[in-house]
Amino acid sequence: MALNDKLRDVFVEALGIDASVDVENLKYRDIEEWDSVGHMALVAAIEDEFDVEFATDQVIDMSSFKVAVDMLEGLGAKA
Amino acid sequence: MTATAEGVFGLAQAEREAALLPALTELTEHHRATCEPYDRILGSLGYAHGAEFGTVEEVPWLPVRMFKHHVLKSVPDDEVFKVLTSSGTTGAEVSRIYLDKQAAGDQPRYLGRTLQAVLGEKRLPMLMVDTIGIIKNRRSFSARGAGVLGMANFGRQHVYALDEDDKPDVEAIKGFLAKHGSEPFLIFGFTFMVWQYLYEVAREHELDLSNGILIHSGGWKKLIDRAVDNAEFRRAFAADTGLTRIHNYYGMVEQLGTVFVEGPSGNSLYCPDFADVVIRDPETWAEQPVGVPGVIEVVSTVPRSYPGHALLTEDLGVVHGVDDGDWPGKRFSVLGRLPRAEARGCSDTFSGGAA
Repeated sequence: MALNDKLRDVFVEALGIDASVDVENLKYRDIEEWDSVGHMALVAAIEDEFDVEFATDQVIDMSSFKVAVDMLEGLGAKA
Repeated sequence: MTATAEGVFGLAQAEREAALLPALTELTEHHRATCEPYDRILGSLGYAHGAEFGTVEEVPWLPVRMFKHHVLKSVPDDEVFKVLTSSGTTGAEVSRIYLDKQAAGDQPRYLGRTLQAVLGEKRLPMLMVDTIGIIKNRRSFSARGAGVLGMANFGRQHVYALDEDDKPDVEAIKGFLAKHGSEPFLIFGFTFMVWQYLYEVAREHELDLSNGILIHSGGWKKLIDRAVDNAEFRRAFAADTGLTRIHNYYGMVEQLGTVFVEGPSGNSLYCPDFADVVIRDPETWAEQPVGVPGVIEVVSTVPRSYPGHALLTEDLGVVHGVDDGDWPGKRFSVLGRLPRAEARGCSDTFSGGAA
Protein backbone atom coordinates (compact mmCIF):
# COMPACT_ATOMS: atom_id res chain seq x y z
CA MET A 1 0.00 0.00 0.00
CA ALA A 2 2.14 2.81 -1.30
CA LEU A 3 -0.41 5.48 -0.38
CA ASN A 4 -0.37 4.37 3.25
CA ASP A 5 3.42 4.42 3.30
CA LYS A 6 3.63 7.89 1.89
CA LEU A 7 0.90 9.15 4.20
CA ARG A 8 2.66 7.60 7.18
CA ASP A 9 5.77 9.58 6.30
CA VAL A 10 3.73 12.78 5.99
CA PHE A 11 2.21 12.17 9.44
CA VAL A 12 5.60 11.54 11.03
CA GLU A 13 7.12 14.61 9.42
CA ALA A 14 4.21 17.05 9.88
CA LEU A 15 3.43 16.08 13.46
CA GLY A 16 7.08 15.72 14.40
CA ILE A 17 6.56 12.29 15.92
CA ASP A 18 8.83 9.32 16.32
CA ALA A 19 8.74 6.82 13.46
CA SER A 20 8.07 4.09 16.02
CA VAL A 21 4.58 5.46 16.71
CA ASP A 22 1.81 3.18 15.42
CA VAL A 23 0.72 5.80 12.91
CA GLU A 24 -1.75 3.64 11.01
CA ASN A 25 -3.92 3.26 14.10
CA LEU A 26 -3.53 6.86 15.22
CA LYS A 27 -6.59 8.95 16.01
CA TYR A 28 -6.90 12.70 16.38
CA ARG A 29 -5.87 13.77 19.89
CA ASP A 30 -4.52 10.30 20.78
CA ILE A 31 -1.11 11.90 21.18
CA GLU A 32 -0.31 15.44 22.18
CA GLU A 33 1.43 16.17 18.88
CA TRP A 34 -1.84 15.66 17.01
CA ASP A 35 -3.78 18.50 18.61
CA SER A 36 -5.47 21.37 16.81
CA VAL A 37 -2.15 23.05 16.02
CA GLY A 38 -0.67 19.81 14.74
CA HIS A 39 -3.82 19.22 12.72
CA MET A 40 -3.37 22.49 10.85
CA ALA A 41 0.19 21.55 9.89
CA LEU A 42 -0.85 18.00 9.02
CA VAL A 43 -3.66 19.05 6.68
CA ALA A 44 -1.37 21.51 4.90
CA ALA A 45 1.34 18.85 4.51
CA ILE A 46 -1.07 16.22 3.15
CA GLU A 47 -2.49 18.72 0.66
CA ASP A 48 1.00 19.61 -0.52
CA GLU A 49 2.32 16.08 -0.73
CA PHE A 50 -0.70 14.59 -2.48
CA ASP A 51 -1.67 17.67 -4.45
CA VAL A 52 -5.27 17.65 -3.20
CA GLU A 53 -7.61 20.16 -1.59
CA PHE A 54 -9.82 19.20 1.30
CA ALA A 55 -13.15 20.90 1.97
CA THR A 56 -13.78 22.40 5.40
CA ASP A 57 -15.89 19.42 6.46
CA GLN A 58 -13.09 17.05 5.54
CA VAL A 59 -10.59 18.99 7.62
CA ILE A 60 -12.96 18.80 10.58
CA ASP A 61 -13.79 15.13 9.97
CA MET A 62 -10.21 13.91 9.50
CA SER A 63 -10.21 12.15 12.84
CA SER A 64 -7.78 9.30 12.20
CA PHE A 65 -5.08 8.06 9.89
CA LYS A 66 -7.57 5.62 8.39
CA VAL A 67 -10.09 8.36 7.69
CA ALA A 68 -7.33 10.35 5.98
CA VAL A 69 -6.54 7.34 3.77
CA ASP A 70 -10.20 7.02 2.80
CA MET A 71 -10.43 10.72 2.01
CA LEU A 72 -7.32 10.62 -0.14
CA GLU A 73 -8.60 7.59 -2.02
CA GLY A 74 -11.92 9.36 -2.48
CA LEU A 75 -10.09 12.30 -4.03
CA GLY A 76 -8.22 9.97 -6.34
CA ALA A 77 -4.87 10.79 -4.80
CA LYS A 78 -1.85 8.79 -5.89
CA ALA A 79 1.15 8.02 -3.80
CA MET B 1 -33.41 35.91 0.36
CA THR B 2 -32.46 32.31 -0.08
CA ALA B 3 -28.69 32.45 -0.17
CA THR B 4 -28.50 29.89 2.60
CA ALA B 5 -31.65 27.88 2.05
CA GLU B 6 -29.55 24.73 2.41
CA GLY B 7 -27.56 25.97 5.37
CA VAL B 8 -28.26 26.66 9.00
CA PHE B 9 -29.97 30.01 8.49
CA GLY B 10 -33.22 28.59 7.22
CA LEU B 11 -35.81 28.52 9.97
CA ALA B 12 -38.40 31.23 10.45
CA GLN B 13 -39.01 32.16 14.07
CA ALA B 14 -42.10 30.03 14.65
CA GLU B 15 -40.52 26.91 13.12
CA ARG B 16 -37.30 27.58 14.99
CA GLU B 17 -39.02 27.81 18.36
CA ALA B 18 -41.06 24.71 17.62
CA ALA B 19 -37.84 22.82 16.91
CA LEU B 20 -35.85 24.29 19.80
CA LEU B 21 -38.40 23.88 22.57
CA PRO B 22 -38.42 20.07 22.82
CA ALA B 23 -34.63 19.97 22.39
CA LEU B 24 -34.07 22.53 25.14
CA THR B 25 -36.54 20.76 27.42
CA GLU B 26 -34.67 17.50 26.90
CA LEU B 27 -31.34 19.25 27.53
CA THR B 28 -32.65 20.78 30.73
CA GLU B 29 -33.61 17.30 32.00
CA HIS B 30 -30.31 15.84 30.79
CA HIS B 31 -28.30 18.44 32.67
CA ARG B 32 -30.44 18.08 35.80
CA ALA B 33 -29.78 14.36 35.75
CA THR B 34 -26.04 14.69 35.19
CA CYS B 35 -25.02 17.97 36.85
CA GLU B 36 -25.95 18.03 40.50
CA PRO B 37 -25.26 21.76 41.17
CA TYR B 38 -27.42 22.66 38.17
CA ASP B 39 -30.21 20.47 39.49
CA ARG B 40 -29.96 22.18 42.86
CA ILE B 41 -30.11 25.64 41.31
CA LEU B 42 -33.22 24.76 39.32
CA GLY B 43 -34.76 23.08 42.33
CA SER B 44 -34.20 26.16 44.46
CA LEU B 45 -35.89 28.26 41.80
CA GLY B 46 -38.94 26.05 42.03
CA TYR B 47 -38.62 24.09 38.80
CA ALA B 48 -40.01 20.58 39.13
CA HIS B 49 -38.33 17.66 37.40
CA GLY B 50 -39.88 17.02 34.04
CA ALA B 51 -41.16 20.59 33.84
CA GLU B 52 -42.71 21.51 30.52
CA PHE B 53 -42.10 24.91 29.00
CA GLY B 54 -44.55 26.76 26.80
CA THR B 55 -41.98 28.90 25.03
CA VAL B 56 -38.20 29.17 24.59
CA GLU B 57 -38.36 32.22 26.82
CA GLU B 58 -39.61 30.05 29.71
CA VAL B 59 -36.67 27.66 29.62
CA PRO B 60 -34.59 28.34 32.76
CA TRP B 61 -31.34 30.17 32.12
CA LEU B 62 -28.10 30.59 34.02
CA PRO B 63 -26.10 33.79 34.24
CA VAL B 64 -22.73 33.15 32.53
CA ARG B 65 -20.86 34.13 35.67
CA MET B 66 -22.14 30.94 37.32
CA PHE B 67 -19.40 29.18 35.34
CA LYS B 68 -16.86 31.23 37.24
CA HIS B 69 -18.12 30.31 40.67
CA HIS B 70 -19.34 26.75 40.25
CA VAL B 71 -18.14 23.54 38.69
CA LEU B 72 -20.90 23.00 36.20
CA LYS B 73 -20.35 19.89 34.16
CA SER B 74 -22.61 17.15 32.92
CA VAL B 75 -20.00 14.48 32.33
CA PRO B 76 -18.17 12.28 34.86
CA ASP B 77 -14.67 13.41 35.87
CA ASP B 78 -12.98 10.62 33.94
CA GLU B 79 -14.71 11.66 30.73
CA VAL B 80 -13.60 15.27 30.88
CA PHE B 81 -11.45 15.68 27.84
CA LYS B 82 -10.74 19.36 27.86
CA VAL B 83 -11.39 22.29 30.18
CA LEU B 84 -11.65 25.65 28.49
CA THR B 85 -11.16 28.78 30.48
CA SER B 86 -11.99 32.36 29.75
CA SER B 87 -11.33 35.37 31.87
CA GLY B 88 -13.98 37.59 30.36
CA THR B 89 -13.31 41.29 30.59
CA THR B 90 -13.52 41.99 34.29
CA GLY B 91 -11.47 40.65 37.14
CA ALA B 92 -9.30 37.60 37.35
CA GLU B 93 -12.06 35.02 37.67
CA VAL B 94 -12.28 32.51 34.87
CA SER B 95 -15.16 30.51 33.51
CA ARG B 96 -14.53 26.80 33.32
CA ILE B 97 -16.18 24.93 30.50
CA TYR B 98 -15.93 21.15 30.56
CA LEU B 99 -15.91 19.18 27.34
CA ASP B 100 -15.95 15.46 26.80
CA LYS B 101 -14.64 13.96 23.58
CA GLN B 102 -18.03 14.14 21.92
CA ALA B 103 -18.48 17.82 22.76
CA ALA B 104 -14.96 18.68 21.65
CA GLY B 105 -15.71 17.03 18.32
CA ASP B 106 -19.21 18.48 17.86
CA GLN B 107 -18.24 22.04 18.48
CA PRO B 108 -16.17 22.66 15.31
CA ARG B 109 -18.86 20.94 13.25
CA TYR B 110 -21.54 23.36 14.40
CA LEU B 111 -19.20 26.28 13.86
CA GLY B 112 -18.34 24.86 10.45
CA ARG B 113 -21.93 24.51 9.34
CA THR B 114 -22.66 28.03 10.50
CA LEU B 115 -19.75 29.77 8.82
CA GLN B 116 -20.11 27.80 5.62
CA ALA B 117 -23.28 29.78 5.09
CA VAL B 118 -21.10 32.77 4.30
CA LEU B 119 -17.87 31.08 3.21
CA GLY B 120 -19.02 28.12 1.15
CA GLU B 121 -17.41 24.69 1.37
CA LYS B 122 -14.16 25.54 -0.28
CA ARG B 123 -11.31 26.58 1.96
CA LEU B 124 -9.96 29.87 0.76
CA PRO B 125 -6.47 31.28 1.19
CA MET B 126 -6.56 32.89 4.59
CA LEU B 127 -5.05 36.04 6.01
CA MET B 128 -4.96 35.90 9.80
CA VAL B 129 -4.92 39.33 11.38
CA ASP B 130 -2.88 38.06 14.27
CA THR B 131 0.54 36.74 15.05
CA ILE B 132 1.61 33.12 14.79
CA GLY B 133 2.99 33.63 18.29
CA ILE B 134 -0.57 33.41 19.57
CA ILE B 135 -0.67 29.66 18.95
CA LYS B 136 2.94 28.85 19.71
CA ASN B 137 2.47 27.83 23.30
CA ARG B 138 0.38 24.74 22.78
CA ARG B 139 -0.18 24.09 26.46
CA SER B 140 -1.96 27.33 27.20
CA PHE B 141 -3.88 29.13 24.55
CA SER B 142 -5.44 32.42 25.32
CA ALA B 143 -9.01 32.91 24.20
CA ARG B 144 -7.47 34.75 21.25
CA GLY B 145 -5.32 31.76 20.35
CA ALA B 146 -8.27 29.42 20.59
CA GLY B 147 -10.27 31.71 18.33
CA VAL B 148 -7.51 31.83 15.74
CA LEU B 149 -7.13 28.06 15.77
CA GLY B 150 -10.85 27.43 15.58
CA MET B 151 -11.01 29.55 12.46
CA ALA B 152 -7.93 28.10 10.79
CA ASN B 153 -9.94 25.09 9.55
CA PHE B 154 -11.86 27.37 7.21
CA GLY B 155 -8.83 28.52 5.28
CA ARG B 156 -5.66 27.31 3.69
CA GLN B 157 -2.19 28.67 3.07
CA HIS B 158 -2.50 30.79 6.19
CA VAL B 159 -0.49 33.98 6.33
CA TYR B 160 -0.20 35.99 9.52
CA ALA B 161 -0.52 39.77 9.17
CA LEU B 162 1.41 40.53 12.34
CA ASP B 163 4.95 39.63 13.19
CA GLU B 164 5.88 38.07 16.51
CA ASP B 165 6.15 41.49 18.14
CA ASP B 166 2.51 42.21 17.24
CA LYS B 167 3.59 44.72 14.60
CA PRO B 168 1.94 44.75 11.17
CA ASP B 169 4.01 42.76 8.71
CA VAL B 170 3.31 44.84 5.64
CA GLU B 171 5.47 42.68 3.41
CA ALA B 172 3.63 39.54 4.50
CA ILE B 173 0.27 41.17 3.75
CA LYS B 174 1.48 42.43 0.38
CA GLY B 175 2.93 39.01 -0.43
CA PHE B 176 -0.38 37.34 0.43
CA LEU B 177 -2.33 39.76 -1.77
CA ALA B 178 0.12 39.40 -4.66
CA LYS B 179 -0.41 35.66 -4.56
CA HIS B 180 -4.10 35.39 -3.69
CA GLY B 181 -5.64 38.86 -4.00
CA SER B 182 -7.13 38.38 -7.44
CA GLU B 183 -9.43 35.57 -6.28
CA PRO B 184 -11.70 35.20 -3.27
CA PHE B 185 -9.78 34.99 -0.02
CA LEU B 186 -10.63 34.88 3.65
CA ILE B 187 -9.60 37.33 6.35
CA PHE B 188 -10.05 36.57 10.01
CA GLY B 189 -9.27 38.60 13.09
CA PHE B 190 -10.53 40.28 16.21
CA THR B 191 -12.41 43.45 15.44
CA PHE B 192 -10.04 45.99 16.99
CA MET B 193 -7.00 44.25 15.51
CA VAL B 194 -8.57 44.13 12.07
CA TRP B 195 -9.18 47.86 12.31
CA GLN B 196 -5.86 48.80 13.79
CA TYR B 197 -3.59 46.46 11.90
CA LEU B 198 -5.36 45.74 8.65
CA TYR B 199 -7.59 48.68 7.83
CA GLU B 200 -5.05 51.32 8.72
CA VAL B 201 -2.23 49.49 6.96
CA ALA B 202 -4.36 48.81 3.89
CA ARG B 203 -5.38 52.45 3.64
CA GLU B 204 -1.85 53.70 4.05
CA HIS B 205 -0.45 51.31 1.47
CA GLU B 206 -3.51 51.45 -0.80
CA LEU B 207 -4.05 47.70 -0.66
CA ASP B 208 -6.90 46.18 -2.64
CA LEU B 209 -9.02 43.89 -0.44
CA SER B 210 -12.01 43.76 -2.77
CA ASN B 211 -11.89 39.97 -3.16
CA GLY B 212 -11.75 39.40 0.57
CA ILE B 213 -14.38 37.96 2.89
CA LEU B 214 -13.79 39.25 6.39
CA ILE B 215 -14.95 37.35 9.46
CA HIS B 216 -14.39 39.28 12.69
CA SER B 217 -15.49 39.28 16.29
CA GLY B 218 -14.66 40.71 19.67
CA GLY B 219 -16.71 43.83 20.12
CA TRP B 220 -16.30 47.54 19.66
CA LYS B 221 -15.16 48.61 23.10
CA LYS B 222 -11.55 49.12 22.11
CA LEU B 223 -12.60 51.18 19.10
CA ILE B 224 -14.82 53.67 20.91
CA ASP B 225 -11.91 56.10 21.26
CA ARG B 226 -11.57 56.11 17.51
CA ALA B 227 -15.28 56.65 17.01
CA VAL B 228 -15.54 53.45 15.01
CA ASP B 229 -18.76 51.49 15.19
CA ASN B 230 -20.01 48.76 12.90
CA ALA B 231 -21.44 51.14 10.31
CA GLU B 232 -18.24 53.18 10.14
CA PHE B 233 -16.15 50.00 10.01
CA ARG B 234 -18.07 48.74 7.00
CA ARG B 235 -18.14 52.12 5.31
CA ALA B 236 -14.42 52.74 5.70
CA PHE B 237 -13.36 49.27 4.55
CA ALA B 238 -15.58 49.55 1.48
CA ALA B 239 -14.47 53.08 0.61
CA ASP B 240 -10.75 52.69 1.23
CA THR B 241 -9.96 49.04 0.51
CA GLY B 242 -12.88 47.77 -1.60
CA LEU B 243 -13.74 45.16 1.04
CA THR B 244 -17.53 44.78 1.25
CA ARG B 245 -18.10 41.16 2.28
CA ILE B 246 -17.84 41.64 6.02
CA HIS B 247 -19.40 39.40 8.65
CA ASN B 248 -19.14 40.23 12.30
CA TYR B 249 -20.07 37.42 14.64
CA TYR B 250 -20.98 37.09 18.30
CA GLY B 251 -20.52 34.09 20.54
CA MET B 252 -19.66 33.11 24.09
CA VAL B 253 -16.87 30.82 25.26
CA GLU B 254 -19.55 29.41 27.54
CA GLN B 255 -21.52 28.35 24.47
CA LEU B 256 -18.80 27.10 22.23
CA GLY B 257 -19.68 26.17 18.67
CA THR B 258 -22.60 28.56 18.53
CA VAL B 259 -22.05 31.86 16.77
CA PHE B 260 -24.47 34.54 15.67
CA VAL B 261 -23.45 35.90 12.28
CA GLU B 262 -23.92 39.27 10.65
CA GLY B 263 -25.92 39.02 7.44
CA PRO B 264 -24.71 40.25 4.06
CA SER B 265 -26.37 43.65 4.34
CA GLY B 266 -24.74 44.36 7.68
CA ASN B 267 -25.76 45.71 11.06
CA SER B 268 -27.81 42.71 12.15
CA LEU B 269 -26.70 39.41 13.67
CA TYR B 270 -28.68 36.27 12.87
CA CYS B 271 -29.18 33.06 14.83
CA PRO B 272 -28.31 29.68 13.33
CA ASP B 273 -31.24 27.25 13.30
CA PHE B 274 -30.05 25.46 16.44
CA ALA B 275 -29.89 28.69 18.45
CA ASP B 276 -31.85 31.77 19.40
CA VAL B 277 -31.63 34.91 21.48
CA VAL B 278 -34.02 36.31 24.06
CA ILE B 279 -33.59 39.97 25.02
CA ARG B 280 -34.64 40.40 28.65
CA ASP B 281 -35.75 43.36 30.71
CA PRO B 282 -33.09 43.69 33.45
CA GLU B 283 -35.77 44.55 36.01
CA THR B 284 -38.39 41.90 35.39
CA TRP B 285 -36.44 39.43 33.17
CA ALA B 286 -39.44 39.32 30.84
CA GLU B 287 -38.70 39.28 27.12
CA GLN B 288 -38.42 42.78 25.68
CA PRO B 289 -40.44 43.77 22.64
CA VAL B 290 -38.67 44.31 19.32
CA GLY B 291 -36.66 47.52 19.40
CA VAL B 292 -36.30 47.70 23.19
CA PRO B 293 -32.78 47.02 24.51
CA GLY B 294 -32.14 44.53 27.28
CA VAL B 295 -29.84 41.79 28.49
CA ILE B 296 -28.97 39.17 25.90
CA GLU B 297 -29.79 35.54 26.65
CA VAL B 298 -28.24 33.09 24.20
CA VAL B 299 -29.93 29.76 23.64
CA SER B 300 -28.39 26.79 21.83
CA THR B 301 -28.92 23.06 21.58
CA VAL B 302 -25.15 22.44 21.26
CA PRO B 303 -24.00 22.25 24.92
CA ARG B 304 -24.43 18.71 26.27
CA SER B 305 -21.34 18.32 28.45
CA TYR B 306 -22.15 21.35 30.62
CA PRO B 307 -25.44 23.16 31.28
CA GLY B 308 -24.88 26.02 28.86
CA HIS B 309 -27.93 25.67 26.64
CA ALA B 310 -29.62 28.82 28.01
CA LEU B 311 -27.27 31.52 29.25
CA LEU B 312 -27.84 35.06 30.33
CA THR B 313 -24.86 37.04 29.04
CA GLU B 314 -23.54 40.26 30.52
CA ASP B 315 -24.13 42.05 27.24
CA LEU B 316 -26.84 44.45 26.22
CA GLY B 317 -28.58 43.93 22.94
CA VAL B 318 -31.66 44.71 20.94
CA VAL B 319 -33.76 42.75 18.47
CA HIS B 320 -34.34 44.84 15.35
CA GLY B 321 -36.89 42.60 13.73
CA VAL B 322 -38.14 39.05 13.25
CA ASP B 323 -38.27 37.24 9.89
CA ASP B 324 -37.72 40.52 8.07
CA GLY B 325 -34.01 40.55 7.20
CA ASP B 326 -31.39 38.78 5.08
CA TRP B 327 -32.14 35.48 6.79
CA PRO B 328 -35.13 34.24 8.81
CA GLY B 329 -35.51 34.47 12.59
CA LYS B 330 -34.60 37.27 14.94
CA ARG B 331 -32.02 39.82 13.88
CA PHE B 332 -30.25 41.72 16.60
CA SER B 333 -27.30 43.85 17.61
CA VAL B 334 -25.00 43.76 20.60
CA LEU B 335 -24.93 47.21 22.21
CA GLY B 336 -22.12 46.66 24.68
CA ARG B 337 -21.43 45.36 28.15
CA LEU B 338 -23.96 45.51 30.91
CA PRO B 339 -23.05 48.02 33.62
CA ARG B 340 -21.50 46.02 36.45
CA ALA B 341 -24.14 46.65 39.06
CA GLU B 342 -26.82 45.15 36.89
CA ALA B 343 -24.69 42.11 36.18
CA ARG B 344 -24.27 41.62 39.90
CA GLY B 345 -28.03 41.87 40.19
CA CYS B 346 -28.74 38.97 37.89
CA SER B 347 -26.28 36.81 39.73
CA ASP B 348 -28.03 37.63 43.00
CA THR B 349 -31.28 36.51 41.49
CA PHE B 350 -29.80 33.08 41.41
CA SER B 351 -27.72 32.89 44.55
CA GLY B 352 -30.78 34.15 46.41
CA GLY B 353 -32.88 31.66 44.55
CA ALA B 354 -36.60 31.31 44.92
CA ALA B 355 -36.32 29.23 48.06
